[in-house]
Amino acid sequence: MNQNRTIYWRSFRMAAWLGWQIESNWTDPFLFAVYSFVKPLSGAAILVVMYSVITNGAFGSPVFPYIYLGNAFYQYVGAVMTGVSWAVIDDREHYKTLKYMYVAPISIPIYLLGRGVSRFITGSMSVIITILAGMWFLHVDIDVTAVHWPLFFLSLFIGVVMLAMMGLLLAGVTLLMARHVGFMGEAVAGALYLFSGAIFPLDVLPAWLRPIGYAMPLTYWLELLRRALIGSVADAFPTLSGYSSGQLLAILTALTLLFSAAGILVFRWCDYHAREQGMIDATTNY
Amino acid sequence: MKTTPPYDVLARRAPKNSGAHLFWQTVLARAYPRVIGQQREKSWMFFDVVLPIIGVAAYVFVYRAIQAPEEYVGFVVVGGAMTAFWLNILWSMSSQLYWEKETGNLALYIIAPNSLMAILLGMALGGLLATTLRAVVILVLGSWLFHVQYAVVHFGQLVAIFFLSMVALYGMGMMFASLFLLLSREAWHISNLAQEPVYLISGFYFPVKSLNFWVATAASLIPLTLGLDAMRQLVFPSGATLGFLSVRLELGILIGLCVIFLLAARFLLNYMERLAIREGRLTENRR
Repeated sequence: MNQNRTIYWRSFRMAAWLGWQIESNWTDPFLFAVYSFVKPLSGAAILVVMYSVITNGAFGSPVFPYIYLGNAFYQYVGAVMTGVSWAVIDDREHYKTLKYMYVAPISIPIYLLGRGVSRFITGSMSVIITILAGMWFLHVDIDVTAVHWPLFFLSLFIGVVMLAMMGLLLAGVTLLMARHVGFMGEAVAGALYLFSGAIFPLDVLPAWLRPIGYAMPLTYWLELLRRALIGSVADAFPTLSGYSSGQLLAILTALTLLFSAAGILVFRWCDYHAREQGMIDATTNY
Repeated sequence: MKTTPPYDVLARRAPKNSGAHLFWQTVLARAYPRVIGQQREKSWMFFDVVLPIIGVAAYVFVYRAIQAPEEYVGFVVVGGAMTAFWLNILWSMSSQLYWEKETGNLALYIIAPNSLMAILLGMALGGLLATTLRAVVILVLGSWLFHVQYAVVHFGQLVAIFFLSMVALYGMGMMFASLFLLLSREAWHISNLAQEPVYLISGFYFPVKSLNFWVATAASLIPLTLGLDAMRQLVFPSGATLGFLSVRLELGILIGLCVIFLLAARFLLNYMERLAIREGRLTENRR
């Protein structure tokens, strides 16, 4: 038991360090900083211009922080969830080291989760920069003294765990695919962007698509983060205003447990079949 | 028994190609995998269409949530279709020589007695054709899903604008490809970085006129900015009122950009190829 803990911790720690080196050492720190900030700020600015053109710059409305904060926190999805699953593609196709990881005395799921840590760090930098830009230039009124910090950090923690476990699920599926894996994370992240009410309320979706959004933990996670930072955002759209923060937290926790269990089971199943089918060192040169 | 050296056999059998014939043969040979190969990968076609549609749908629903006029939905659909071209420029033109370097093909391109410019032109023509098919599917599907109405004002100008935008854009892609010759692992990150900022400054999801005049002017260096603006003016009833410059002026600027980018691509390719050879960067593989 104690030996397992040592293996888990070593796998996680070394994977996190390796991930950070891969993410950051391709250039000098200045260009890395520019890279980390320009991309998320541009994504946010597209929404800001769209909103501004239509509303003549009505940034005081609670609708604006709803869209802005939803988009800002959604960056964690691309960072953490896709980051964990991308490690499979990176190690198998690009560096061709996945088979060596499998023969090393490490835990593969923990290793993959560790690879998501660097993306979590860079993702956090992007989220913070986006929110600060909103506060300084776009009247996103976050009063730090009025923020419900315990709710914020608790929601953030549960959400990051949920994203990492969804990433593990995706990593399992990725293990069984060869040529099309590059699109997988992007497609799932894109679909979740549409169905999680990140930048528009679920009520805008056609009625037959809304149940997908209600089944996604991300929907409740983003709502909780918005509420924790600016309580009045809950009034922007009535979709989830009938739920108290406690109820949302309970739903988020339950769905996170469900997705975590699914992530572990799916990964185990895929891992077994990937070994059986010889997919661990399959490369396509795509 | 007397044996003939293999090179003698080859010399007798293979017709010697040179000049314009070799150039166009190279163009066709490089365009072939772009047009035929990409269509063979059915799942890639699926993702190439579905991913932009998801992006388009998200922005359409944002406009609907803030009760924007319906023509903005059309702007998003047209912009979303054009993202296919920008992604093709970034990932299949600019960084293509980097991928070729990674897989070991670049050295073969240099060794072969054909023009690297012909290879780039083949990539551009093949990529343009394959991407146009995807863009049309996105446009048709997006228009059908979100009930977009079009009112084409001048069909001839619309075709001319599209054609010139593409020539200038792929000329720019060829120019970038030569610049990327010197890059290694950073090529992937730079292509990744150049997506959202260009969507922003080129007005893929809103009229570029909404931006500051000088920002829009600077963004006009990217051919899709003016191409998209002119196309919107020509296909939507309210497009002209939201246009950045007049269509005729945008047509003239696009002609200028075509000439500049194609000449610059030729000059830079020669220069970068020499530089890369001198610095030994053509076969390096820094993972």
